[in-house]
Amino acid sequence: MNLIASTGRYFILLGKIFRKPEKHYVYYHQTMKELIYLGVNSIGIVIIISVFMGAVITLQTAYNTDNPLYPRYLIGLGCRDSIILEFSSTVVALILAGKVGSHIASEIGTMRVTEQIDALEIMGVNTASYLILPKIVATVIFHPFLTLMSITVGIFGGWLAGITTGVISSGDFIYGIQYAFIPYYITYSLIKTVVFAFIISSVSGYQGYYVSGGSLEVGRASTRSVVYSCILILLFNLILTQLLLS
Amino acid sequence: MIRVINATKSFNENKVLDNVSSDFEAGKTNLVIGRSGSGKTVLLKSIVGLLELDRGEIWYNDTRFDTLDFKSRKSIRKEIGMLFQGSALFDSMTVEENVMFKLNMFTNMNHSEKRKRVDFCLERVNIRDANKMLPSELSGGMRKRVAIARAIVLNPRYLFCDEPNSGLDPKSAIMIDNLIKDITDEFKMTTIVNTHDMNSVMEIGEKVVFIAHGVKYWEGTNSEILKSDCKPLNDFIFASKLARQLKH
Repeated sequence: MNLIASTGRYFILLGKIFRKPEKHYVYYHQTMKELIYLGVNSIGIVIIISVFMGAVITLQTAYNTDNPLYPRYLIGLGCRDSIILEFSSTVVALILAGKVGSHIASEIGTMRVTEQIDALEIMGVNTASYLILPKIVATVIFHPFLTLMSITVGIFGGWLAGITTGVISSGDFIYGIQYAFIPYYITYSLIKTVVFAFIISSVSGYQGYYVSGGSLEVGRASTRSVVYSCILILLFNLILTQLLLS
Repeated sequence: MIRVINATKSFNENKVLDNVSSDFEAGKTNLVIGRSGSGKTVLLKSIVGLLELDRGEIWYNDTRFDTLDFKSRKSIRKEIGMLFQGSALFDSMTVEENVMFKLNMFTNMNHSEKRKRVDFCLERVNIRDANKMLPSELSGGMRKRVAIARAIVLNPRYLFCDEPNSGLDPKSAIMIDNLIKDITDEFKMTTIVNTHDMNSVMEIGEKVVFIAHGVKYWEGTNSEILKSDCKPLNDFIFASKLARQLKH
């Protein structure tokens, strides 16, 4: 019952979020700010995670295919496809659910408990739209760039780990990442990223927006936003994979 | 004028407002007084539409407010300024951005006009050289004054203040009270102030409404309040030893 009520309230909130903005340029400025806070400020963590992810995938593939029957370039191919299909979209989204999601929920939740949202409401501002829409737009626009960056950096990390440990030559790896490349996989990865970005920002916005109580509740909302975002990301990962790759 | 008729509100089984009715007159500083938890804030939030009444009516002049939808309430809300207990300044914005927010959102002024208006409002509340400061860098009294500047930036017809001098030293509290009174007179606003501070009552209370346990027990002026024979009101006014000594 609680789940149904929460789902209903979530969709009602979405209805409020996607109403016509009061002043377009205020929303534009707000979106630009969010692009910095939620997008540009996430570049560092995405790069670090992607480099290590690519490196580990390469080493694991190499140590588990230590058979002369397997061509060595398959290590590069495995690294490329793992990163494009799963790691740069889903795993990075799970990490961003922790970083961006908790940031959104705690920011909006703090505004709620310190009556800043009430102050906006009194002014006649559509608070749901003003606070959450720029965050949704910013993440949906910027997260695909993060995914593309993650793919590039992840494959570079794989190449670096491969040649420095000597499990694969540079030539084999580069041949592997070019071999049997299917461009649609990039499209599939970006579609997933856009859906995950929407889930992270809207679910976290919802959790923050309906906080009641004090700072303890803000912390709980922040945790809930990460947990629910992660669960929904995994669920939609399954659904989208079946829909887009079957 | 703002008219409240039979305002009733409960949270689960707990009745916090019970048939409260009163008229808050234009151009006057109307005070709602009572102990903490008496229902003052719920009444104020119901008047501005942050809470919905279970029963009763809220009128802004000839317009019934409580039955309006979000879109129709917007036109009245643009004429409302509110000062919250904790100031509720936007902590990611500077003082200037806080005061300018309504101008950005609801006017087509150019930047220099907006800056001029912001400077005027900040000057009016005696804030100088703080335009670029963040709310976290201000003292409690300054934060309240910036919140007042933000509230009056669009020349509102109605001003609501929830415990405006809570957490302030007596001198700053009197300064905030006088500022509210002066602004009310200057802009001919209908002002409603929630407080439990008797100093405020005596300083600025042109009309005073006393609430206890969600029920309105008394209303009158600050010159009548000390002569009242309403027991709950007297218990409230003369709760402190100092007040009892002054009475005798």
